[in-house]
Amino acid sequence: MLATRQRGANWRRTRIGLYVVAIAYALVSLLPFLWSLYTSLKPTSEVFQLLVPWKTLTVASYASILHDFPFARWFLNSLIVSVIVTVGNLIVNTFAGYAFARLRFPFRGFLFYLFLGIMMIPGQVVLVPIYIILVNLGWINSYAGLTIPFLLSSTMVFLSRQFFLGIPKELEEAARIDGVGHWGMFFRIMLPLSRPLLAAQTILTFQGNWNSFLWPLLIGQTTSMYTLPVGLNSFYGQYNAYWNSVMAGMLLLTVPMMIIFVIFQRQFVQGVASAGLKG
Amino acid sequence: MAVSVQPSRAWRSRLRTSTVDQALAGYLFILPALVELFVFLLGPIVYAFVVSFKHFSYLDPLDAHFIGVQNYIHLFQDPVFLRALWNTTLYALVVVPVQTALAMLLAVVVNRIRGKTVFRIIYYLPSITSTVGVAVIFGFLFQPNGLLNRLLFLTLHIQGPDYFNSPMFALPAIMVVAIWTTAGQFMIIYLAALQDIPTELYEAAAIDGAKGWQILRSVTVPMLKRTTFLVVVLGMIGAFQVFDLVYVISGNSSLPQQDTMTVVLDLFEKGFRTMQMGYASAMGFVLFAIILVLTLIQQLFLGREDS
Repeated sequence: MLATRQRGANWRRTRIGLYVVAIAYALVSLLPFLWSLYTSLKPTSEVFQLLVPWKTLTVASYASILHDFPFARWFLNSLIVSVIVTVGNLIVNTFAGYAFARLRFPFRGFLFYLFLGIMMIPGQVVLVPIYIILVNLGWINSYAGLTIPFLLSSTMVFLSRQFFLGIPKELEEAARIDGVGHWGMFFRIMLPLSRPLLAAQTILTFQGNWNSFLWPLLIGQTTSMYTLPVGLNSFYGQYNAYWNSVMAGMLLLTVPMMIIFVIFQRQFVQGVASAGLKG
Repeated sequence: MAVSVQPSRAWRSRLRTSTVDQALAGYLFILPALVELFVFLLGPIVYAFVVSFKHFSYLDPLDAHFIGVQNYIHLFQDPVFLRALWNTTLYALVVVPVQTALAMLLAVVVNRIRGKTVFRIIYYLPSITSTVGVAVIFGFLFQPNGLLNRLLFLTLHIQGPDYFNSPMFALPAIMVVAIWTTAGQFMIIYLAALQDIPTELYEAAAIDGAKGWQILRSVTVPMLKRTTFLVVVLGMIGAFQVFDLVYVISGNSSLPQQDTMTVVLDLFEKGFRTMQMGYASAMGFVLFAIILVLTLIQQLFLGREDS
C-alpha cells in the first residue's frame, strides 16, 4: 500500500520532469521561428529593439519584398520546379519499383543491384559532369535543367518495390484471369492500393525540392531563374541590414512547407520513418 | 473431362507468350528510371572518374590532359582541402553524437506523455525548414546584439561574441544550428522504433524492481541499439555532405573562408569558382570513399546482427 503510493508519487514527479523537458525543447524549437516572425513585422529601424510597441508593427516588409524584389517570381519558380520534379519522381520511381517487384525480365537482379549501389553515391560526385552536360544541352538557366536531371530517386525505387512486394499476389491472379493486362494491373489494381506509398513519396520529394539549394544555385544563373532558397540567399547577401525584409522572405520560403507538414504530418512521419529505417 | 483439359492448354500457350510480354512490359516500366540512371548518374560518374585523373579547367578545355593520380596527391598536400577535411570531421564528430543523444532523449520523453502529436510536430519543424531559411534565422539570432546575446546579458551578465564572425565560435555555432535542424528528424526514427519494443520487457523489468532510469538503461537503450547505429551512420553521411548551411553562413561572414571550409564547399569553390574541374572531381571521389566506408560499416554491422 505504502509502496504503491510512493511509486505513484515517484511517477508523478517523473511525469512532471518529462513535461518540463518536452516543453523546454518545444520552446527551443519554436522560439527562433516566432522571433523571426516578430522581427519581420518590426519597422527597419527597430529590428534590434527587443520589444516594440504593438502599434508600430507593420507588414511593410512583406509588401516590399513582393513589390520591389522578385520574391513572387522566385516563389513561382520553386513551385513549378517542385511540382514537376515530384510528379516526375512519382512516375519514374513507382514504375521501376513495380517492375522490380512484379515483372520478370532479363537482368532484373543485376539492374536492381545497380539501383541499390547508386544509392550510396553522394550527388556531389556528379556536380561537375552534370553541369557540363547541361551546358552542352543548353539547359543551364532553364526549367528543363532544374527538373529533368532529378526525376529518379533510388531510395524511392527501393521503397516502392518493398511496398508492391507486400501486396498479396492472389489479387493480381484474380485480375489476370479476368484478362487485365500489365498496364491495367498497375493502374487499376496496384495504384489504388498504393495511397500510403504515393503520399509519403509525394511529400518527401516535394519537401526535398522545395528546400533544395546546391543544384538550383548552380543551374539557375539569372535572377529570373532563381528558386526561392537561391533568391533568399542572394537577397540576404545584399540587404542584410533589412532584417525585417530578410525574415519576411524567409517566412515566404518556410511557411508553405510548414502548412503542408501540419496537414500531412502523419504521412510525413511514416515516410521519414520508413525511408530512414530502410535507407 | 475434355472441358477441363481444353482451357488448361490455352492457358499454357498464354503463359508462353506472357513471358515475352512480361519482359517487354518490365522494360517499359523501368525505361524512364534507366534513362535517368544512365544519363544523369552512371554516365556522369564514369565521366567524373576519368576527369579526376586529368588536368581540366572549364576555362581552357583544350588544355585538358591526363596527369595520373596528381589530383589525388595534390589534394592531400593542399592546406585548404586538409582544413576542409579536418573541419568536416570535427563537425561530424560533434554534431552526430549530440544530435543522436538529443533525438533519443526527445523520443523517449515524448513517447511517455500526452500531446505526443503536438510535440512531434513542433520538434520536426526545424527539419522541414529550408537550410537557407535556417541559416538566415540564426544569422539574426547570433548577431552580436541579437536575441541570444541579449538574453545572455540579461540573465547571466555575459557579453556573448559575434558568433559567425569569430574564428573561435563560427564552426561551433554552425554545429549548434545543424543539431537544432536535424534532432527532430532522427527523433521520428527513434519514435517509430520505440513502438516496436514489446511492453512485456518493460513489465518484466518493473517486476524485477527496476526504476525509471534503470529501465531506460537496461531495456530501452539496448533495444534501440540497431536504430542508434542507423541514426549514427545516416547522421555521419549527412554531416560529411554539409554544404547549404556553411555556404550561406560563410558567404555572409567576414572570416577567411578557411575557418568554416568543408569538403563539399571546397568542391563547389574549386569546381565552379576557380574552374579546376578535374581537381574538384577528385575531391568528389574522396568524399565518395568516405561515405562508402561508412555505408559498408553499416551493412556489415547490421548484416551480422540479422544472421
